[in-house]
Amino acid sequence: MDRIEGLAKLTGAERYVDDLPLDGTLWGMTVRSPVPRGRITGVHFGSGVDWNEFVVVDHHDIPGDNTVLLIETDQPLLAGDYVRHVEEPVALIAHRSREMVRRAIREIEVTVDPDPPIFDFTAEPTDDQIQHGSDNALKRIDVIKGDVDAALAGAAHVVEGEYRTGSQEHVYLENQGMIAWEEDGVLMIKGSLQCPFYVLKAAVRALARESDRVRIVQAPTGGGFGGKEEYPSMIALHAALLALKAEQPVRIIYDRGEDMRATTKRHPSLVRHRTGVDSDGRLVAQDIDVALDGGAYVTLSPVVLSRGVIHAAGPYACANVRIRGRAMLTNSPPHGAFRGFGAPQTHFANERHMDVVAATIGIDPDEFRRRNLIVDGQTTATGQTITDGTDRVALLDHALELSSYRERQSEHQALNASHPYLRRGIGMAAFHHGAGFTGSGEVMLASELELAGLADGRIEVLSANIEMGQGTLTVFTKLVCDRLGLAPEQVVIADADTGRVPDSGPTVASRTTMVVGRLVERACDDLRRQLGLDDSDSGDRVTRAIIDWHIEHNKPLVGHAKYKPPPGIEWDEATYTGDAYATYGWATYVAEVEVDLRTYTARVTDFVAVQDVGTVLHETLARGQIQGGVVQAIGWALTEECAWNNGVMQNNQLTNYIIPTSDDVPPIRVSFVENPFAHGPRGAKGLGELPMDGPAPAIANAVARAIDADPHEIPLTPEHLMDLLSNGR
Amino acid sequence: MGADATTPPMNRPPIKVPFTLNGMEITVSIDPAERLLDTLRYRLGMTGSKEGCGEGECGACTVHVDDIPVNSCLIPTYQVRNAEVRTIESIDPSDVGALLASGATQCGACTPGVVMTAMWVREHPELLVTHTLRELMAGNLCRCTGYDGIIDGVRQSLKEGPQ
Repeated sequence: MDRIEGLAKLTGAERYVDDLPLDGTLWGMTVRSPVPRGRITGVHFGSGVDWNEFVVVDHHDIPGDNTVLLIETDQPLLAGDYVRHVEEPVALIAHRSREMVRRAIREIEVTVDPDPPIFDFTAEPTDDQIQHGSDNALKRIDVIKGDVDAALAGAAHVVEGEYRTGSQEHVYLENQGMIAWEEDGVLMIKGSLQCPFYVLKAAVRALARESDRVRIVQAPTGGGFGGKEEYPSMIALHAALLALKAEQPVRIIYDRGEDMRATTKRHPSLVRHRTGVDSDGRLVAQDIDVALDGGAYVTLSPVVLSRGVIHAAGPYACANVRIRGRAMLTNSPPHGAFRGFGAPQTHFANERHMDVVAATIGIDPDEFRRRNLIVDGQTTATGQTITDGTDRVALLDHALELSSYRERQSEHQALNASHPYLRRGIGMAAFHHGAGFTGSGEVMLASELELAGLADGRIEVLSANIEMGQGTLTVFTKLVCDRLGLAPEQVVIADADTGRVPDSGPTVASRTTMVVGRLVERACDDLRRQLGLDDSDSGDRVTRAIIDWHIEHNKPLVGHAKYKPPPGIEWDEATYTGDAYATYGWATYVAEVEVDLRTYTARVTDFVAVQDVGTVLHETLARGQIQGGVVQAIGWALTEECAWNNGVMQNNQLTNYIIPTSDDVPPIRVSFVENPFAHGPRGAKGLGELPMDGPAPAIANAVARAIDADPHEIPLTPEHLMDLLSNGR
Repeated sequence: MGADATTPPMNRPPIKVPFTLNGMEITVSIDPAERLLDTLRYRLGMTGSKEGCGEGECGACTVHVDDIPVNSCLIPTYQVRNAEVRTIESIDPSDVGALLASGATQCGACTPGVVMTAMWVREHPELLVTHTLRELMAGNLCRCTGYDGIIDGVRQSLKEGPQ
């Protein structure tokens, strides 16, 4: 089955939010804070503009609470008297001419009486920098297993390391955008987004409207990667405020510069490891400290920290683990959801550190991993017993074999000893990624899905889960076809429209295929039950039964499914122990790099990605997810650097924020080891985020081998490599 | 603050620009400072070409002008006077079967530009004597596919040859 909406995309027919017809629509823009922190003393409208032609909105125009509701309510929709980061929204303007709006916005000046900002999330805040609690910690999470101090005291070797990662911009190719208008007393908001019900809940709170008087509709979305998880609520409500005041439709479409400067990025991190190993090369203690830069408001930092902390000890068995995590407030724009959600940061530290430890104690890095990878019956850092039957050592060996790891190593040794300016190396990373929401998250979401049998015999899937390129439409269609024996043209997927679909949860956390896809299957079964059919009935029998049902009944035919946790899953939020995820994807990635000593550039020359993501439902889509995630992570590892200055991203353009082109990366060689997960649709597990976790440490480990240095930080830009080559780190 | 030196004045008188768009001769009345991308998208409603960056880096707005792929966000519309402009709207579904099968499109925002460059390569196979496919496609940024789906699809469509 080809991608359902593929031809529309390949011929330019797909209509994204900025492609919708313009009739009578105003263009909205956002007036933003010029400074990182302080009390607003005025918003001054220049005299050279006839402001009567504009719709102008500030915080006084917010009918409900001035907040973008997410986990907390600390982030204002429009700053009232105080700003906490540069680019924080202060006011909104709209006009029928986009050029007029762009010109006018430059004539508005926000004046601020500044207070001392803080930008270094690793530094102790001074008293006048404290803005949250007693110490600026937005969230602290500790995971404790066994007795780390005793184990470190008795360890044959103790190895320490400190690892840093920078912020990363999503660079979804379609910038953020929203349109809002009122229709028969209902506020309609349509745009580029991942979580329609997040926007709905935020709208109900800020606009003081009943949920049946607001409708959120997802428009085809040109990439998300987490960047359209929480920030779209802000833009949606801005467009809504303008539309309600103007009594006309209003669209807000960010350009690339505004999008990069104002919206979320991946959390920067500092992770410290102190690791105890016995004389056989087995881990006896992992003492890990995780710090994330949360930015100016709480937003999603507590849950990003949670996932980061839980993955921090890697896919290894160790009896004594202590992970202390904190997300710190800074006066940078809030960092947010980004594919991997904290795990890429902690996996980078852990997998780079595994190589450092192996080198220190004199064991090959592959052998050190082989001795410590979790085998069935052993437990993770949170005490979750793994019993899924996946052979993680075999998976690692498969990756080494596919990458010709040993042969390459000898070739590199010969080349590095003789070549005047090229150095090559090969490195690996073993890692895992929990699929679905963390801990009790899926139980609390209580996702629901409906499957309507239409009068013409077709099936309509009603869910809140959206297509942003990752393949939801195709996977849901395929699951219905496989379950009921139908052809793709007999299945339609409803728009993610909160006025029509049940809340099947957000399209995040590698959960759509695994969690919601299972609901699709169960709703198929429920539909068949209502029709009085057996589970073995399929194809024409189902279609005929649906048509006959409509002839006999004058009401909708709807199959339902509601989330049920897999049996035996237990999680204790208070102690952070138990089954953190229903299941995990497991992987070993191997990267080969070439460093050019003349230009200080590192280039990935080969990449092998071996993983167990359960049953592969659609080979092309699954491979595309892995390849795309790997290349996004290659960018994070080598070139993507946000140049911050006083809380402002200086390189907010694709000219100097460098993402990989087709000529910068090799073919990504993907191999799936399929071990079905009993509670996923046809055995599938989540896979979207996994490929973001492994490439950066594999590449850094390969660079370490190539130039015989010890990188502790990414991105490994030419400047950074020059420092490494001169100083060794 | 105030308008900077490079900002053109408001209320400029429109100018008429005749050109051929996807084989049809048309004349548009435009603002002299208008970008070809905006003429196509907002004046003519041909929204297939996308704005990804607005500065000629990403290639999502790629169209052909006189058989050369260009970033339409960098071309003032008056420059296409009497030229032949070809956009993604000219592409027939039968032209993109190989790209569909290979997984060349995911989110679709870069895709119209990718397809226009791919078509140009297919119509000029001599380019492959001096350039690799990865070099030729490097002007179109994609954040979803990791490029393998695109490269495999273009390679397959090259085997099939120009339509």
